Amino acid sequence: MSTPAEEQGEPLINVRDVRYAIGSHVVFDGLNVRVAAGGITAIMGPSGTGKTTLLRLIMGQVLPQAGRITVFGQDVASLQRPELYALRQRVGLLFQSGALLTGMSVFENVAFPVREHAKLPEPVLRELVLMKLQAVGLRGAAELMPSELSGGMSRRVALARAIVMDPEVLLYDEPFVGLDPISKGVILRLIQSLNRALHITSVLVSHDVPEISAIADYTYLISGGKVVAEGTPVQLKSDTSEVVQQFVSGSPDGPVAFHYPAPDYFTQLLER
Amino acid sequence: MSGHARFKVGLSIVKLGAVTRFLIRVLREVLPSLRNPQLTVEQIYNAGARSLVIIMLSGLFVGMVLGLQAYDLLARFGSESALGVAAALGLIRELGPVLTALLFAGRAGTALASEIGLMGATDQLTAMEMMAVDPVRYVVAPRFIGGFVAMPLLTAIFDCVGIYGTQLIGVTMMRIPSGTFWSQLVNAVALRDIREGIIKSLVFGVGCSLVAVYEGYNAEPTAEGVGLATTRTVVTSAVLILFLDYIMTAVFL
Repeated sequence: MSTPAEEQGEPLINVRDVRYAIGSHVVFDGLNVRVAAGGITAIMGPSGTGKTTLLRLIMGQVLPQAGRITVFGQDVASLQRPELYALRQRVGLLFQSGALLTGMSVFENVAFPVREHAKLPEPVLRELVLMKLQAVGLRGAAELMPSELSGGMSRRVALARAIVMDPEVLLYDEPFVGLDPISKGVILRLIQSLNRALHITSVLVSHDVPEISAIADYTYLISGGKVVAEGTPVQLKSDTSEVVQQFVSGSPDGPVAFHYPAPDYFTQLLER
Repeated sequence: MSGHARFKVGLSIVKLGAVTRFLIRVLREVLPSLRNPQLTVEQIYNAGARSLVIIMLSGLFVGMVLGLQAYDLLARFGSESALGVAAALGLIRELGPVLTALLFAGRAGTALASEIGLMGATDQLTAMEMMAVDPVRYVVAPRFIGGFVAMPLLTAIFDCVGIYGTQLIGVTMMRIPSGTFWSQLVNAVALRDIREGIIKSLVFGVGCSLVAVYEGYNAEPTAEGVGLATTRTVVTSAVLILFLDYIMTAVFL
């Protein structure tokens, strides 16, 4: 279902000169990100740089104050609710928390989008859901409730739910946060295999440098509301700019300050 | 009017507008949500059947207290036989709808608000949006209809149990002849009394359900926010019920 724009080589997701502020707090100012079809694009940056907000902007949940975001060549801000919902059926989003519906079993959670959007006969639906659960290794957990799952398992179920409608794009919000090394490895392998096997375009928002370096085709580093560096993981590693080096090496202080803006320490201590 | 008071009034008007817009959005989704009737049936069960015990117990005690008080009052004028009439009219026109609504707000309203609020706090509502499922259609509308349908049914049950409670006091304890009690009651209660009670309970059903789903849907996504939304549901519902009751009573009489 490619649009003319995609055929002309326009990226699948194009974020152009986006400005977004919450009250007086400017999250993005002049942000530019292009996501090519078929690859794994990583968006990295320190906590609080608005990486999750960027995903919300792409999904049309919040709208930018300036600039343009196009997904499959469609301007997200100009879409009415039905068109936006049609677009969202082509894009899967994996939440950091998993965001499983707590009132349903694992099976029903994965079946949920299909039940809502497609009228599949029950046996076909069952096969589809079990297939997706098998892909994330949790077919045996189909009858469990979300409250009985560990953090890593929840995220894998959420991943099964995100791919059940066979989306063309998958957005991952901090997929590695809070996971043990084994679960991290499992998710990492899943992202890679989904991308390669199903040709799903993947966008990863993360600050886990080693994991991203292992799988990303192209990486954007965001800081202070705009892209400060971009390139392949190898290019980023050899980037000599201070901000990239601070992030890649994980030093506590640098261009991204350790201290939240505050008045002079001694003056504040001496104040009565 | 001071600046602060003006600000408060302005804020209330803005909130009233927001609630009205939310109501319109919910009403628009009522029909589409009925395409999956199981969701609504579940919510009628949650709001209705699960409130039965508290409604019946309260109805029984209210009816019994009404029996004792009205008997004492009527005995002073030697008209104890009118006990059934006094209790039935009081229950059907006033106490039934109002007390059921107040109990409903405390039992079902808070449950609705905290459930929806927690779904918001745990990203479940956003997740639905992202899966192209409108949470107003899937979560809010069935709960709204559930409350709207359950309220008049619960009121009717409250009324019946209440009248049974009065009968326990009047006939069983105070020895009013059963025939007198029931025949007077049947003769005095007119269709318009029952209609008044039903209209009141329907209006309270809309009001209580709307307050609960609105507060839950718009709760801050924090533990404190959900707690506040639950409290606001009870407080707003209680004031709204008593205010609407006054208006409707004034119109009906």
